[in-house]
Amino acid sequence: MFKKTAFASAIAAVALVPLSQAQAADYQIDTEGQHAFVQFKISHLGFSYILGSFEEFEGQFAYDPEDLDASSAEIEVQVDSLTSNHAERDRHILSDDFLNASEFPTATFTSTGFESTGDDEGVLTGDLTLHGETQEIEMPVKLMGEGDDPWGNYRAGFEGSTTLTLGDYGIDMSDFPESMHELELYVTFEGIRQ
Amino acid sequence: MWRNSRTGWGLISILFHWLSALAIIGLFVLGWWMTDLGYYNPWYNQGPWVHRSIGILLLLATFARLVWRFVQPTPFAEGSQLETIAAHLGHIALYVLLLVVMVSGYLISTADGSGISVFGWFEVPALLYGLPNQASQAGTVHWYSALALMILAAGHALAAFKHHWLGRHKTLVRMLNPAHSHAGSHDAPR
Repeated sequence: MFKKTAFASAIAAVALVPLSQAQAADYQIDTEGQHAFVQFKISHLGFSYILGSFEEFEGQFAYDPEDLDASSAEIEVQVDSLTSNHAERDRHILSDDFLNASEFPTATFTSTGFESTGDDEGVLTGDLTLHGETQEIEMPVKLMGEGDDPWGNYRAGFEGSTTLTLGDYGIDMSDFPESMHELELYVTFEGIRQ
Repeated sequence: MWRNSRTGWGLISILFHWLSALAIIGLFVLGWWMTDLGYYNPWYNQGPWVHRSIGILLLLATFARLVWRFVQPTPFAEGSQLETIAAHLGHIALYVLLLVVMVSGYLISTADGSGISVFGWFEVPALLYGLPNQASQAGTVHWYSALALMILAAGHALAAFKHHWLGRHKTLVRMLNPAHSHAGSHDAPR
């Protein structure tokens, strides 16, 4: 019995070594310490903006300054965690008039490519699934900083934003003025290197 | 006149009953109508404002009504034993549903911790907020319990008509005329 367990552990250890090396540049987005935000900004009838954010999400990314082409990111957002500081509006946004959160509870982004555009800058391409519809988007991203944090981990942090046309995701905004047909999605996050 | 007796409802109970009935039906119609309004309709914000205000007033009135109900005698029920048991359960269900509708409505508007202003006169604070997805969950409960309340209230009205036309009971008249609560009335239980 002991032998068998020891053998299994040895196999597991051998199997893990190459894996952990391959994941040297893998980061877990720090949602636990909440150094990560997914926010949106949409016009309100052209008068001002409605700002809101999604409070629950998780994700990871790969970032290796020596191999930028291999950069990738994926993130999954719980749609019903949306807040815009007004419960009745949140309920309306989550209803089937807009995001239909009960039928489409998650929104995901999975990158398909990355192109470096300069020092600490690049464009992340990927599939965004929102309201059950998937579109390819491009999001310019910027490395804000990386290094050892005070608590014994290594962190890297980014920000990025892009403009989404809600109609592309089957969200009907035709009752609203042109200025409300698009919104700006802004994300910023720190990852903890695994 | 004002108080209940074993033979009939006093004016206070009668007023509670009919003003509540008016408010409940009015709130249901208003709620149904206002949730379909377009964003540009002048009533888009005004409708919910009136709905919330009357709803809170009804909630406060219902608390007072329940207190009154418990400290006052309840007039005897007419009809067969099965009918009186069914009526009793039906009335409890009406009160429970009414409270569920009002509390769930309150939980929608206070889900993010902000209070509810009643016609701008005073504000009722949020007591329970920040539950996961509170506004949407409470909204679902609010809609289905309101629908159930309307159906049960229709049954309540039909039962009153049955008492009046088929049973020839004073059930309906008692809820209209406080004179039946007068001492010395001879409507003793049969």
